[in-house]
Amino acid sequence: MSSRKLDKKVDSAFKFVGLAATLFGLVVLAALVVDVVSDGYHRRGWDFFTSFPSRKPEQAGIFSAWVGTIWIMITTAIFAIPLGIGSGIYMEEYAKRNRWTDFIEINIANLAGVPSVIYGILGLGVFIRLMHLDRSVLAGGLILALLILPVIILSTREALRSVPSSIREASYALGATKWQTIRHQVLPAGFGNILTGVILAMSRAIGETAPLITIGALTYIPFLPTNPVAFNKEIPYIHVSLQGFFDPFTVLPIQIFNWVSRPQKGFLADAAAGIIVLLTITLAMNAAAIYLRYKNQKRW
Amino acid sequence: MNKQIIRFKEMLIERLLLCCSLLSVFTTAAIIYVLLSESIGFFKHVSIIDFLTDTQWTPMFTNKHFGILPLLCGTLVTTFIAIAVAVPLGLVSAVYLSEYATAKTRQIIKPLLEILAAVPTVVYGYFALLFVTPLLKQFIPGLSGFNALSAGLVMGIMIIPLVSSLSEDAMHAVPMGLREGAYALGSRKIQVAFKIVFPAALSGITAAVILAVSRAIGETMIVAIAAGQQPRFTMNPLVPIETITAYIVQISLGDTPHGTLEYSTIFVCGMTLFVLTFALNVVSFKLKRRFQEIYE
Repeated sequence: MSSRKLDKKVDSAFKFVGLAATLFGLVVLAALVVDVVSDGYHRRGWDFFTSFPSRKPEQAGIFSAWVGTIWIMITTAIFAIPLGIGSGIYMEEYAKRNRWTDFIEINIANLAGVPSVIYGILGLGVFIRLMHLDRSVLAGGLILALLILPVIILSTREALRSVPSSIREASYALGATKWQTIRHQVLPAGFGNILTGVILAMSRAIGETAPLITIGALTYIPFLPTNPVAFNKEIPYIHVSLQGFFDPFTVLPIQIFNWVSRPQKGFLADAAAGIIVLLTITLAMNAAAIYLRYKNQKRW
Repeated sequence: MNKQIIRFKEMLIERLLLCCSLLSVFTTAAIIYVLLSESIGFFKHVSIIDFLTDTQWTPMFTNKHFGILPLLCGTLVTTFIAIAVAVPLGLVSAVYLSEYATAKTRQIIKPLLEILAAVPTVVYGYFALLFVTPLLKQFIPGLSGFNALSAGLVMGIMIIPLVSSLSEDAMHAVPMGLREGAYALGSRKIQVAFKIVFPAALSGITAAVILAVSRAIGETMIVAIAAGQQPRFTMNPLVPIETITAYIVQISLGDTPHGTLEYSTIFVCGMTLFVLTFALNVVSFKLKRRFQEIYE
């Protein structure tokens, strides 16, 4: 066989090899989903969502875990979204190219690659020991906020970079200031892509376990953080409290980890059921992000 | 007057946004400060030579040894297995997506692959422990319930999108002219892909691989769940081991009192982990930037 013919064969064979390699990961993902669903589906039912963790696997549920996850996510969002977007705007729109900017840029890129467990150790040193926040919702939320900050910054920058400079110039030509231009032209134009980045970052935070374990987030929490709003019969009828942010918490991935590390079979089914819930949330968020990105593929 | 107010407001906003950016610098500084200050206390009691050369890690035993080598070994074994999975699969898939797939296929497959990286690691840990290990046991009778092999394999799957997407970006950035030149000389697609595009994108690809190594070293939950908690100075992937990250989790879960020498080991482990990943991240960042300077 001549080498030209051989090349042709190799060429067409590679098409299949390449496709197979690309799809391999997805096949594994499918196996994972099937495995988890078959292990955990019989734990379905509302009482799984409304029960606290328990010593008996059949009675254990994820009530404190999913409520805790919502608390932590809100706390994380409050800090990470404004700070991340603000930092992204500065780096992309204001910062001049110099050593300082370079330094900040390397810092952000490096933080994006720091293992999540290190953020837990950071939280242990700063939020727990220095600021005495204990193992509270606030401490957990702050750690996750720092963790996803680089992701939000990088995607904000990318979103703003894709807004053409002609839009900025047109706004300047009409006499707008820099901030007016950013606030009324650039940000709205990049909004869809920024939102995509924020959703992806939050979906990452929902699944994080290691940094919260490091600050000693307890695994057996048979109660919820204090309600922020309580109603009572006396004037002024409504009582607003921030106490919940200082209460201990657990989240879905920690509850799952706790169940996985137990020897009893029943808890493994609980873990699988918990994973179904967690996986549904993360996959839904990712689907939303993919859809948004697809919808926002604007050609200027 | 009005102009002055506007100018002041503009300046205020710029300062405020600058503060947001500086937070990243403070975060890095805080990480280094926390790790250093605790590690210094540790090294007052344990000599740095013992730490780097002792082949036993037994901080919780009465006969205490503080040699990082067993933990480092565990980390290297799982990382090596993960890379052995992720790099070949990721690179072949990147070549396919960049050179062979149609724009439409790429548009569908790329986001699907990203989902692999979005699955929470605790889920992968469950999968490694309760699906992959029992499956492998049918082929490898001597396999322990906790082992580096299945943790590493699953970690590799998780890292595929990182390798493939960053390498694909690098290959995509190679100028069309290089490909057209090769075609004009009568090359086939496979030759163009592997003899022209791949070498041209090599620094970008290397950056992707290095980042993947760093990610594997820092991965925590998969190894904490599936690889075991026995620090061992071995390269055998079939027995329980312990990685640096898994050790940090183990101590955090236990009731070791704060402020003791035993407790400060997690900061020393964190320091080791940080130094390793930091070095890799910086090399990867520099490589990627050099690649961008050449082609963009």
